[in-house]
Amino acid sequence: MANKEYKLRKREQMIEENGIIFLDNVTKTYSTGAPALNGITLHIGRGEFVFIVGDSGSGKSTLIKLLLRELTATGGSVCVMGSDLAKLKHRQIPKFRRNLGVVFQDFRLLKDRNVYENVAFAQRIVETPVSEMKRNVPSILATVGLAGKYKAKPKQLSGGEQQRVALARALVNKPSILLADEPTGNLDPKNSWEIMKLLEEINETGTTVVVVTHNREIVNAMQKRVVTMKKGVIVSDEEKGGYIDED
Amino acid sequence: MKISTILYTIKQGVANIFRNKWYSLASIATIASCLFLFGLFYGILANFEHILKTAEEGVSVTVFFQEGTSDERIAAIGQDISKRVEVSEVHYHSDDEIWATFGPEYFGDNYAEGFPENPLEGEDNYEIFLSDVSLQDALVTWLQSIPEVRKVNYSEMTASTLSGVNLLIAYVSLGIIVILLAVSIFLISNTVAIGISVRKEEINIMKYIGATDFFVRAPFVLEGMFIGLLGAAIPLWIIKTLYQYALSYIVERFAILSGFLNFLTVEEIFGFLTPVCLLVGAGIGFLGSIATVRKHLHV
Repeated sequence: MANKEYKLRKREQMIEENGIIFLDNVTKTYSTGAPALNGITLHIGRGEFVFIVGDSGSGKSTLIKLLLRELTATGGSVCVMGSDLAKLKHRQIPKFRRNLGVVFQDFRLLKDRNVYENVAFAQRIVETPVSEMKRNVPSILATVGLAGKYKAKPKQLSGGEQQRVALARALVNKPSILLADEPTGNLDPKNSWEIMKLLEEINETGTTVVVVTHNREIVNAMQKRVVTMKKGVIVSDEEKGGYIDED
Repeated sequence: MKISTILYTIKQGVANIFRNKWYSLASIATIASCLFLFGLFYGILANFEHILKTAEEGVSVTVFFQEGTSDERIAAIGQDISKRVEVSEVHYHSDDEIWATFGPEYFGDNYAEGFPENPLEGEDNYEIFLSDVSLQDALVTWLQSIPEVRKVNYSEMTASTLSGVNLLIAYVSLGIIVILLAVSIFLISNTVAIGISVRKEEINIMKYIGATDFFVRAPFVLEGMFIGLLGAAIPLWIIKTLYQYALSYIVERFAILSGFLNFLTVEEIFGFLTPVCLLVGAGIGFLGSIATVRKHLHV
């Protein structure tokens, strides 16, 4: 018990000192080619809203995969929520991911289940009591504006609505961090703005939000912290920044 | 684990069967075809073996003794015979008993009138039934080596034919089982490969949201086992219906053969076949789904 408390305290201390996401001189090399990430150092504090931008091949996707612990770094260290991800054992990964909401460009919903079941699935994984689940799921669906569509299957929804379901699923367990990998990549401008507005609202509740995007208009308009990557390195990191053009 | 999670897992296992109807149907059909062939050949081969065994049980060796051999010595030889591994049963027939059996048969009820003495005196013998007909030669050689033994009656041809057919059936059974196994593995691995592509995305999503390996795997494993059990139950039902029909047809149409052909009953065949098929079906489903899911768990 004392040991557990000590670990929790130490983790809190690490978050206070280095941020909720901390990459220290991280390198990732795939077996086939040049390094996808080359000596990246990045601190993201609790409650921040950060855009990660860059062209294809800049290393954004690799960065997200490292944060999800889908990949491990070849060099340096990746700490998320005070945990050194390299030290995480395979069986500890699920528990780690439960504190991490994820949204993808292609929504990644369970196609054969309805909206309610897709969102409830995240709660089932953490074994939320059914009575609680019956309160939480409709509530989060109302937050993302889908209260009336809980019975619909993903294919009956528009792209924007599917992304809202994915967002609801990512948020229903109240994660500390929300990672969004090109969340507006498949959406029209109107839906893109609505999703970004939701992300901003989520961030206002204290959730750290990291958005990987190509959407210049949104990045420039939102005036948030912008980390720009190019060929595996961070070329700029600006508070209230904008999208930096390649040229 | 909470009861609600267990119930959810079982529900998902059943629901998965209907979610991927074509995959489920392909899997059930694959397992059912393999087990149907297995059951069919088992039924045929088991009956062949049973008929042969019945025929073997009728094969006997008869031992006659030299004139003047004492009753005590004959009894002692009888004891030695019954201890041999080749022997399943030994019956002693005294010369009086033999005359009482054959006399009326050949000379009518007053058979004793023309024969003041037993004409079959000295013909007392042991009738020996074999435990395994292929061991007849060894037994006969041993019997012939006993000085008090005058004659050993046996049929070399019956024994060698039966034991040859028995061996042939054993080889054929083995061959068929190996071929069926190879075909089953090929078909099942193909079905599993289809399953992998169907499942890949779903498993990845579950893992990204933080599902444990067990939580991801359990419904798929249950689904696999349900499919395996269904795939076993269908051929069992078909074979049972066919077997019952075939038995009654043969008994009705070929009543004359009933003395020679002694078929196994439905209970005898299915007492073995039912648990084996259900176990193999569930086992294939279990292993197939474990293999399918395992490939995608490392996300």
